[in-house]
Amino acid sequence: MKHLLSTRDLSREDAIQLLDIAEDMAAVNEREVKKLPALRGKTIVNLFFEDSTRTRISFEAAEKRLSADVINFAAKGSSVSKGESLKDTTQTLAAMGIDAVVIRHGASGAPQVLAHSGWIDAPVINAGDGTHEHPTQALLDAFTMRRRLHGAGSRGKGLDGVSVTIVGDILHSRVARSNIWLLQTLGAHVQLVSSPTLLPSAVDTWPVTVSYDLDEALASTAPDVVMMLRIQQERMKDAFFPNEREYSNLWGLTAERFLSLPEKTMVMHPGPMNRGLEISSLAADSPQSTVLDQVANGVSVRMAALYMVLTGEREVSHD
Amino acid sequence: MTARAIMQATDMHRALTRIAHEILESNRGAQSLVLLGIPTRGVTLAHRLAVILESIVPGVSVPVGSLDVTMYRDDLYQHPTRASAPTEVPVSIDDMTVVLVDDVLYSGRTVRAALDALTDLGRPQAVRLAVLADRGHRELPIRADFVGKNLPSAHGERINVLLTEHDGVDGVEIEEVVSA
Repeated sequence: MKHLLSTRDLSREDAIQLLDIAEDMAAVNEREVKKLPALRGKTIVNLFFEDSTRTRISFEAAEKRLSADVINFAAKGSSVSKGESLKDTTQTLAAMGIDAVVIRHGASGAPQVLAHSGWIDAPVINAGDGTHEHPTQALLDAFTMRRRLHGAGSRGKGLDGVSVTIVGDILHSRVARSNIWLLQTLGAHVQLVSSPTLLPSAVDTWPVTVSYDLDEALASTAPDVVMMLRIQQERMKDAFFPNEREYSNLWGLTAERFLSLPEKTMVMHPGPMNRGLEISSLAADSPQSTVLDQVANGVSVRMAALYMVLTGEREVSHD
Repeated sequence: MTARAIMQATDMHRALTRIAHEILESNRGAQSLVLLGIPTRGVTLAHRLAVILESIVPGVSVPVGSLDVTMYRDDLYQHPTRASAPTEVPVSIDDMTVVLVDDVLYSGRTVRAALDALTDLGRPQAVRLAVLADRGHRELPIRADFVGKNLPSAHGERINVLLTEHDGVDGVEIEEVVSA
């Protein structure tokens, strides 16, 4: 695996291998010495053109636990604010001998451009690009589901037959897109529930079923997993729903809706949560909630992703 | 590709039984012993050694675990990406005598990685090495304390350790690998 740009082009074999390696990384994260020497001497730059707390810290923890040297780059306060282009920034990094780039960018496709431009010959990991993809989030979600379902017997397994309902702002969500492709590859069934205004027009070409009525969708499928998405106010330039109260009533995981779910149903949220809007505190803080597991598993999954793109024979690039 | 049988199931069992006795002799009993196998076949061999040890010293229970060395290897950039395997250490290794168990000792690089991996898990009283077959060609100053069989071999040959749990049959064979 040379890059990790999207989950759409990830094979089932690679995905399961990555999740299995993440299992071993998770065991390391429970030890007293949480450090492996695998990436000693490698320099990784975290190139964040967009705000992020948990993803950036999670990548940084993963990199440090694999003994890599880490350079954090935030666009604010850098030459980017002086108008430097992605190309020049990247070529500057290449000249410094960077071994891998983790990039978050507001523009969909920026990681692909970086990987295939020839500006830098280093592996690229997409840490979220615009409304396109966020592959490590989908991988950590799949890892979390697999662990909750299979426990110690998770290795080698996919998510065959698992039913996942994704609720909320699908239109702006790179998390949803990455999850849809990965969950399909792993054999799960995906149902999307949202307001028609928050669904992209291409949704009918996706491997999903769509519903506009959350109560009916939850009652008819009794899903194994309910994944609530964040309402991304920073990306909303139009009125997609009348007001927050109405959104919460129609598509939020209110206390009442949560209590109607089967006890086995996992409640997931990629964070940061808008409590009281898309998810109630009763649901978010319940034992069925995996929110904190997702954060912990994020470090293990990112360690596995970094290990997979950085090790192996360095082939002559044939992108 | 012709494979020549070197050890049969009974030879293998005798060798493991001898190694078990040698471990008890050098450790003066079975106290404070931990067997850690290196995946995949080393773990299976470690479990078999524990069963033999427990039959020699009735009433004793020897902890067995697995120690994955993938992340500690020095050849992560010379081979395609390697999958890792679980590390499961059932007891604290501090002040214990750890016996590392592997199927074949060759360059010594795996053992070097295992010693580093152990350092991250604790501080044993002593670390010993038991292998079923020692084929020579060491590249590091490492030797085994307990050896099932010395198998002088050429670089172009491959030593296959077959175990019932993985291969359906017990035995050790040498295979000529036709090299270009």
